Amino acid sequence: MDRQSRIRNFCIIAHIDHGKSTLADRLIQKSGLLTEREMQEQVLDNMDIERERGITIKAQAVRLIYKSSDDEEYILNLIDTPGHVDFNYEVSRSLAACEGAVLVVDAAQGVEAQTLANVYLALESSLEIVPVINKIDLPAADPDFVKKQIEDIIGIPAQDAPMVSAKASVNIEQVFNSVISDIKPPSGDEKGPLKALIFDSVYDAYKGVIVFIRVFDGKLVNKSTVRFMSNNKQFEVVETGVLGPGKFIPTEELLAGEVGYFTASIKNVQDTRIGDTVTEAGAPAVEPFPGYKKVNPMVYFGVFPADGSKYNDLRDALDKLKLNDASLFFEPETSAALGFGFRCGFLGLLHLEIVQERLEREYNLDLITTAPSVIYKMYLTDNTQIELSNPSDMPDVTRITNMEEPIVRAEIILPSDHIGAIMELCQERRGEYIEMVYLEETRARLVYELPLNEIIYDFFDVLKSRSRGYASFDYELIGYKESELVKLDILVNHEMVDALSFVVHKSKAYERGRKMAEKLKKEIPRHLFEIPIQASIGNKVIARETVSAMRKDVLAKCYGGDISRKRKLLEKQKEGKKRMRQIGNVEVPQAAFMSVLKLDEE
Amino acid sequence: MNQLGVYVHIPFCIKKCLYCDFNSYADKGRYKKEYINVLAGEIGSACFLSNYEIKSIFIGGGTPTCMDIGDISTILSKIKKHKILENAEITIEANPGTIDYIYLKELRQLGANRLSFGLQSASDRLLKILGRVHTYNDFLKSYDDAIKAGFENINVDLMFALPGQSLADWQDTLCKVSDLGATHISAYSLIIEDGAAFSSLYKKGELILPGEEEDRDMYFSAKYFLESKGYKLYEISNFAKKGYESGHNKIYWNCEEYAGFGLGAHSYINNKRYSNTEDFFKYLKDENKIVFEEILSQEESMEEFIFLGLRMACGIEIDKFGKKFGKGLFEVYGDKLINLISEGYISKNGGRIQLTEKGVYVSNTIFSELLC
Repeated sequence: MDRQSRIRNFCIIAHIDHGKSTLADRLIQKSGLLTEREMQEQVLDNMDIERERGITIKAQAVRLIYKSSDDEEYILNLIDTPGHVDFNYEVSRSLAACEGAVLVVDAAQGVEAQTLANVYLALESSLEIVPVINKIDLPAADPDFVKKQIEDIIGIPAQDAPMVSAKASVNIEQVFNSVISDIKPPSGDEKGPLKALIFDSVYDAYKGVIVFIRVFDGKLVNKSTVRFMSNNKQFEVVETGVLGPGKFIPTEELLAGEVGYFTASIKNVQDTRIGDTVTEAGAPAVEPFPGYKKVNPMVYFGVFPADGSKYNDLRDALDKLKLNDASLFFEPETSAALGFGFRCGFLGLLHLEIVQERLEREYNLDLITTAPSVIYKMYLTDNTQIELSNPSDMPDVTRITNMEEPIVRAEIILPSDHIGAIMELCQERRGEYIEMVYLEETRARLVYELPLNEIIYDFFDVLKSRSRGYASFDYELIGYKESELVKLDILVNHEMVDALSFVVHKSKAYERGRKMAEKLKKEIPRHLFEIPIQASIGNKVIARETVSAMRKDVLAKCYGGDISRKRKLLEKQKEGKKRMRQIGNVEVPQAAFMSVLKLDEE
Repeated sequence: MNQLGVYVHIPFCIKKCLYCDFNSYADKGRYKKEYINVLAGEIGSACFLSNYEIKSIFIGGGTPTCMDIGDISTILSKIKKHKILENAEITIEANPGTIDYIYLKELRQLGANRLSFGLQSASDRLLKILGRVHTYNDFLKSYDDAIKAGFENINVDLMFALPGQSLADWQDTLCKVSDLGATHISAYSLIIEDGAAFSSLYKKGELILPGEEEDRDMYFSAKYFLESKGYKLYEISNFAKKGYESGHNKIYWNCEEYAGFGLGAHSYINNKRYSNTEDFFKYLKDENKIVFEEILSQEESMEEFIFLGLRMACGIEIDKFGKKFGKGLFEVYGDKLINLISEGYISKNGGRIQLTEKGVYVSNTIFSELLC
């Protein structure tokens, strides 16, 4: 048997909680690489946030060695994938590094939305799908029904699918057998020029950037000079190796079909773009892998420390995060309402949330973020053009000749009975219908062109809820289109709050303004005086709410002279105010700035 | 010789009212004797009392009048080992229906010269909602007995903004109580305290309370009505006929010294505030009952001087602040105070500042502005 035919490169896809990480752990354990004691639960998900949310943010890989019943030794490379639309591109690159995917389905819950979305992605990358029914030990397990469901909904044979309990370690051997028998081995050209796909990279303080690759053709040899085909940067390889569970195992070279890593004293993670092709500088491949995209931030937010004195801490923390996150962008910003902070660019809302959570958790920062914005193009009367990512910088309307907003092509794959509801959603969001294709009798692909600013708030959440979770969603920026945009300002007690300004399509301004005013009314505590909250375009007020004046705030008597308690109550009241932001003579709680991010949730 | 007030806490009740979150118990009656012994011991060992003249004694609760008269006598006699001013105010809280003429007569003989009745409302319907043990008629009987027993200085505690209470209900109560001729009336709006039975009802939405505007109307109608009947609103929630302001309350509001005895009682002596445990059995058993003490910083003393002083209609004497703290009032609170004056929440008349009518019902907000 030749070398490559003993390799299988695969990933595991599953709905959240269907047992992806547990199965991965079990495979690692069964392959005998880790003893029981070394086995840390869920080896693949390294970050705290990943464990808590049960999602994988960064892709990771692990190499297993498995001795089959006929005594052949196989190398199984398991590549973990992130699971959210913000990271669709990263997922697609991880999938592109594999020949097959193990599909884990919960025996009690059956096929669920995320399962479908991920299966569709895998099918697009022409991967072999190996279904595995997990949690067969649950009392509610109904494996026969689930098998039928897989065949009906996904359209792949499932009668012989392994029935396992990853938790109880039942029938794990069968998963290995199916992977080996059903997934094709790699078939790269060992003698050809080096061609390897980058599916992830991380920054290490000692080694520089560690680049995770799948070698398709040729071989990557230690000390050779490699070139990244997207930017033509060249580096001398310092170390190559494979990925043992939780450790790097150096090797002299990586051959066609193998998955591993290399380091090359690369200082900047931005140089090692996911999806890029690595080749040998002296004998380069003719062309790179298709599908490479430079991932640019799509959504911009102002991020401010709740405590102004933490500005430098925030900057240091962002610097550190950027070491490992090539798609994070930031530059200093100043707000009259929120003080010094940064305008940050993210891939999407989840990316923002993850960065924000890491800043708060790992760096102990308390943050306020402003409403998201995309990049608008403004053509001015003096024949100049500006790119606007911060609503506060919007020029006066009289200086603008025309405006353009970014448009995405959105592909939504969904069961056919939800088509009506989702088409309606796309219409509401100013979408332009492009086409609809039935992929199967019960499954369709819907294509719309949508303004990006209509999907950055909550589109994904609404899509999920209106399709009862079954729709998958992918989008890519296709260009700019002329648009009638206005800047909506919020005035609190007649003072404009710059951090709450945003750019919106003229047809949506009234509704958004009204919702923001309503939301702020709920968030701003009553003061001794009445506080008008107004949404305005230019000088025209389009919505107004009023926070009524406080009419009663008296304490009961201090029984038995308990004055200390009373003083503390007053101090607490005072302390609460200190944490608020002063807009004119109104104290605005930090939560108010955040609440307008989630306007449509009610 | 310095003067102080003495507070004694009796944590027993016949039944816990639904709005009550004070440290009082309806289920610990069998420990009454033990409690009195411990309390008497606590008072007996308070040697510092001999450095003071006692100008006021207040026995509060709970329901002090659910104790045997002998127990009250034991406590008072312990206090009387120290110097008590001739005209000292000696108040005992009483719940209607827990006392009779004989009991009241004996109280009078023990030296009590002021009664504080917890009536809360003259409407039997509302008394029932509050979970009170008595009716309005029970109160009338007790009030009558008190007069007969020789009490002429009587406070009646009232509450407004009660669940299901209308402005007319409230005015009816005010009318009845003022017609009786009580010398002092306290009127507090109901506050839903976390520990009270009302709190869970309120959270479930089963307690419908008058709105803020109605609450305000009730407050101000009490002010105008009782003022027409010869009472003066001398503190945010307290009314008195001329000469009958509560001396004991004014000790707190004037930041004077007081010594508290009994479960959870607070003391303020020598610029130190401290309090006993609120744990009933710890109080009975532990030698050291003090669980909290703080020495007030100058800043804290200033804050208390302000927020307690401003509760009184007469407000704060600007010079007194200067003398007490060595810094002028406007030097410390300058802009904040000037703003509040210019916005009409505080007024400055001659040498004093007071809350205005506009400021009085949002006084907490005003006070918190004036913290350092």
